[in-house]
Amino acid sequence: MSKEVKNSIVRIATLSAVFFFCYIATAAAAETSATGTNIFAPQSTPARSILHLSLFVLSITGLIFVVVVTLIIVSISKFRATSANAHSEPAQVYGSTQIELAWTIIPVLIVIVLFLATARVIHAIQDAPEPPGAVEVTVIGHQYWWEFRYPKLGIVTANELHIPVSDPTHPTPTFLRLLSADTDHSFWVPELAGKTDLIPNHPNRMWMDPQRTGVFLGQCAQYCGTQHGKMLLRVSVDSQQDFAAWVRSQQQPAVQDASAAAGRQIFEHTACINCHTVSGTAADGRFGPDLTHLMSRATIAAGAAENTPQNLRLWIEDPNAIKPGSLMPAMKLSDANLDEVVKYMETLH
Amino acid sequence: MACLIIAESSIFTIFVVAYLFYIGKSLTGPTPSEVLEVPIFFTICLLSSSITVHFAGRFLERNNRSMFLVLWSLTIVLGGLFLFGTGREWHRLIYDHGLTISTNLFGTTYYSLVGLHAFHVTAGLIMLSVVLIFGLAGRIDAEQSRRIDVLSLYWHFVDAVWIVVFTVVYIVGR
Amino acid sequence: MASDAISIPAPQVREKPWVDLLHEWVTTVDHKRLGILYIVYALVFLLLGGVEALIIRIQLMHSHNDFVSPQVFNRMFTMHGTTMIFFVVMPVLFGFANYLVPLMIGARDMAFPRLNAFSFWLSAFGGLLLYFSFVGGSGLYGAGNAPDIGWWAYAPLTARAFSPGHSSDYWTLALLVSGFGSIGTAINIIATILCLRCPGMKLNRMPLQVWLYLVMGSMVLIAITPLSAAQIMLLIDRYLGGHFFDAQAGGSAVLWMHFFWIFGHPEVYVLVIPAFGFLSEIIPVFSRKPIFGYPVMVAASIAIGFVSLSVWAHHMFTVGMNSYANSFFAITTMAVGVPTGIKIFNWIGTMWGGRIHFKVPMLFCIGFLFQFLIAGLTGIIQAAAPVDWQLSLSYFVVAHFHYVIVGGILFALFGAFYYWYPKITGRMLSETLGKWHFWLFLIGFHLTFDVMHIPGLLGMPRRIYTYEPDRGWDTLNLIISIGAFIQAIAILVFVWNLISSYFNGAKAGNDPWDAWTLEWSTSSPPPAYNFATVPVVASRRPLWDLKHPEDPDSQYE
Ligand code: HEA
Ligand code: HEA
Ligand code: HEC
Ligand code: CUA
Ligand SMILES: [Cu+2]
Repeated sequence: MSKEVKNSIVRIATLSAVFFFCYIATAAAAETSATGTNIFAPQSTPARSILHLSLFVLSITGLIFVVVVTLIIVSISKFRATSANAHSEPAQVYGSTQIELAWTIIPVLIVIVLFLATARVIHAIQDAPEPPGAVEVTVIGHQYWWEFRYPKLGIVTANELHIPVSDPTHPTPTFLRLLSADTDHSFWVPELAGKTDLIPNHPNRMWMDPQRTGVFLGQCAQYCGTQHGKMLLRVSVDSQQDFAAWVRSQQQPAVQDASAAAGRQIFEHTACINCHTVSGTAADGRFGPDLTHLMSRATIAAGAAENTPQNLRLWIEDPNAIKPGSLMPAMKLSDANLDEVVKYMETLH
Repeated sequence: MACLIIAESSIFTIFVVAYLFYIGKSLTGPTPSEVLEVPIFFTICLLSSSITVHFAGRFLERNNRSMFLVLWSLTIVLGGLFLFGTGREWHRLIYDHGLTISTNLFGTTYYSLVGLHAFHVTAGLIMLSVVLIFGLAGRIDAEQSRRIDVLSLYWHFVDAVWIVVFTVVYIVGR
Repeated sequence: MASDAISIPAPQVREKPWVDLLHEWVTTVDHKRLGILYIVYALVFLLLGGVEALIIRIQLMHSHNDFVSPQVFNRMFTMHGTTMIFFVVMPVLFGFANYLVPLMIGARDMAFPRLNAFSFWLSAFGGLLLYFSFVGGSGLYGAGNAPDIGWWAYAPLTARAFSPGHSSDYWTLALLVSGFGSIGTAINIIATILCLRCPGMKLNRMPLQVWLYLVMGSMVLIAITPLSAAQIMLLIDRYLGGHFFDAQAGGSAVLWMHFFWIFGHPEVYVLVIPAFGFLSEIIPVFSRKPIFGYPVMVAASIAIGFVSLSVWAHHMFTVGMNSYANSFFAITTMAVGVPTGIKIFNWIGTMWGGRIHFKVPMLFCIGFLFQFLIAGLTGIIQAAAPVDWQLSLSYFVVAHFHYVIVGGILFALFGAFYYWYPKITGRMLSETLGKWHFWLFLIGFHLTFDVMHIPGLLGMPRRIYTYEPDRGWDTLNLIISIGAFIQAIAILVFVWNLISSYFNGAKAGNDPWDAWTLEWSTSSPPPAYNFATVPVVASRRPLWDLKHPEDPDSQYE
């Protein structure tokens, strides 16, 4: 008997340790994570109301867990067969209507409570009206990069979304219209909002009102093909002034730097222009990211590499070296031409 | 057989749902109202074949073999007429209106749904004919009547499905 | 296929040349042999699917790993998911159904033995088709490749433009073919249960296992067919130029999602319901008490079956349904918790006041209870749609469903193996190896899948072939991968146990567990005709009545 009791104590201790560990790990990660993909560190209203709902649901399910696990543990430790009684049969009980009724009705009540809380948050987030001051962005998912269009501001950019911080007293939320050019994708920046899919022929909508400036990370969450894993997202939440400045600079056409004229020449006479746009030039393709202000971005190829001259060169030489399976072909430029093109790219501020 | 019919029903349900879902969503013509004609005559053929097959079964129960064979053949003829009707309609759609399965969403859903049904009619006709052959060879009498009933249940099912398909394609869809 | 590890020559025959033996197995229509074929076939695929899981785990061990290319990684999770669901759990459950249902209801075979064999070979052919894609996927274009579309094969990824070659077609055909096999077997199970019960075996006296197989069979009929229909549409799109799921021509990707999940959700209950059956047989026997609340258990199973037909879009909370649809699917999904809870409570009620013998089958069942509870509760958390906007498509979901499938179904299945192996082979599985298997698997399981929830909460999406070093997911993923290898060791122990006990295990006798259902009244392994005389039953526990004539169950009914 004592050995068995000891066994079950060990078992309970192990299980609690596992759970404690999970809890601590999550909490610790929540504290230290500077990366900004933690759903426990919301910085915007939708993410925050989701977190509140999560905590509510978690505590109720946690309670159920504790009750039921206690029942299981008591029954397996209290009703073990012992050498004394193993050879006789216990009392044969077939059921009990009262008890069974109880454990039907209580869960029904719990479910109702959970549902009401859920429905409230669904409504609050999904049916939120768009206030007049809102920023509108059209997000188009491509195999394996993001296109961002600001129809009212006349801006087109890629992979790094800029939005203004929203002061709770004068909210300037951002409303995203989600479209897809090819397969399904999903827009997920955990600290700002839950995810919503981008589906061809099925425009979707989501919004966020970040209350802190900074860079927030996320990535495509819906499997969209070979490079789904490297379809990363950066959302830069700017102060109102910074955002206004960014908008002004993005509205400029591409810089025409005479020192890079040779590179530009090559760029414009290569297939590049079939897929890329550089405003104010012959390049007006839409298959790849807009390069007009390429240098305003910290990364290239949807976060696959930092935006450095070396990486740019490597990318244009052979995109597959950085992102195997990406849809940009290797352009087979000579070394000299490559240098010129990269030089040109570097003027695109 | 009941199980099979449940399973078959849910296959048809999915195709019907797809049809309904895509009504009016085609990006290009031709549209159903432009090209579809209501096949009243062939529908009557198919529906009445349900009646004939039912009575064929009843005659067989009473061991009236010749009446059974007559009605049974009639069923096959009616079913065959229906298939002929479908074939003629498809011929018209393809050659006169240029509507194929890849033309637009209407084409895709129409041919799949009606085709799926026609496939079942064909399968039914084959089974009916096999029975007819055995019947002509004198191998079928009242003892087989339960098996025959199973087959006619299938045939009723195919008919019932046609009522649904007919409603969806020729009434709702136009 | 007929691995001689498990195949048992019928006891009364002398040694035969192996060709004859093979011929007998390949052409068999006996429900027990087909059952064994199904089970062995599933075990082989379990190893294949497991190896794929290990490849996934090695690749994800640390950030920016390049153990395999992204293309290979995507094929691995597609094949892993498809294999495990369709070619491991489904066939193994059908295998047990084939083996047990006729024995439990006192029948001599299934209702349609030849349909049975046909269905098995269809399923087997389906599995081969799927794996043939490794060589045949690109046809004459070059080296082979397997499908890389995920196990949901969402449109438009499956369109010709995004999946050239034939690999997706192998996937489609494999599921279509094995789907027809499943429908055949389901029809067979239902017909057997409804028509072949022995005298006295009223519906309300059937073992719960049989009830649950009845529910499962009905759900297969309703659930698999939408998948078959959708696959046919996909083939029409790919080969006849149709536009069902072609966004360019106005087709809808969302329609495929609905069709897939109208199948997909009931499917997961199809998988779990027989597992409920295993528990409902094993727990009473090792607690020495009848199942608590039999009628309610039956009602709850049927309720789960019905409700689960209306919850499918909880897999689609992120696709942008309107708020009413989201709310509807949230409430129906949560509602499934009620009947499922009843089952959990009734199992606990069965153990309560019993005399629990901690044999290996029982250990696995207790593991099931504990893990299924957690898995169900994380399911409820996801059912709160807004919470799922964060959790969906993340590793939290992956953790949830492995918790149900591995922690629940696989545990129940292992329990079933230890419980019925003596009946099937006539020999006991080793208890010592069994305990090793149990504890190793338990530890590996918790290491892998407990920890897996956390990267999900930290924003790690699923189906990514690698991740950035700055996200703080490295350590967690390493622990997860280590756990997977511990599971692998446990499974090797299990396989070794299956093989070695077949030759050296203790003789089992007819009724090693002192159990109460009819299969234990015949010899182990049972003769081809199952029962020498057709049994007659008077209660839910016929063997209890035999063993306790002074206090038979029948007097309470
Ligand atoms: C065998 C399989 C199985 C089972 C039984 C379940 C059971 C449940 N599942 Fe799970 N699920 C899967 C297999 C399974 N699931 C798979 C494979 C996927 C993902 C597929 C993929 O994306 O690839 C998935 C995904 C999945 C999602 C989608 C997540 C997403 O992708 O966004 C959701 C969301 O609601 C969900 C919910 C549930 C719920 C509520 C249950 C309920 O049935 C659980 C009920 C049980 C309990 C609640 C515990 C016991 C009850 C009590 C103790 C009573 C008291 C409780 C209350 C009152 C709440 N599951
Ligand atoms: C029955 C269902 C089932 C089972 C049992 C498992 C078992 C396991 N699964 Fe799987 N899994 C799925 C169903 C299942 N899975 C599904 C449906 C998906 C979704 C796919 C998709 O997204 O499309 C998925 C996805 C999935 C992922 C996510 C991939 C991704 O999103 O990128 C991961 C990652 O860790 C994973 C891991 C595991 C592990 C470690 C196990 C372990 O429990 C496995 C343990 C078993 C072994 C380790 C086998 C041991 C065998 C040997 C050692 C062989 C020896 C060799 C020979 C003798 C030949 N699974
Ligand atoms: C067939 C179309 C195509 C051609 C031709 C093409 N590209 Fe691209 N390019 C793409 C696509 C698609 C991407 C996005 C890839 C990804 O992120 O997966 C891209 C990405 C880029 C990027 C990174 C942009 C960013 O913001 O991340 C640069 C720089 C670039 N291309 C430069 C060039 C140059 C220079 C040429 C010509 C020498 C060229 N491309 C030719 C399609 C093309
Ligand atoms: Cu885009 Cu995944
Ligand atoms: Cu589900």
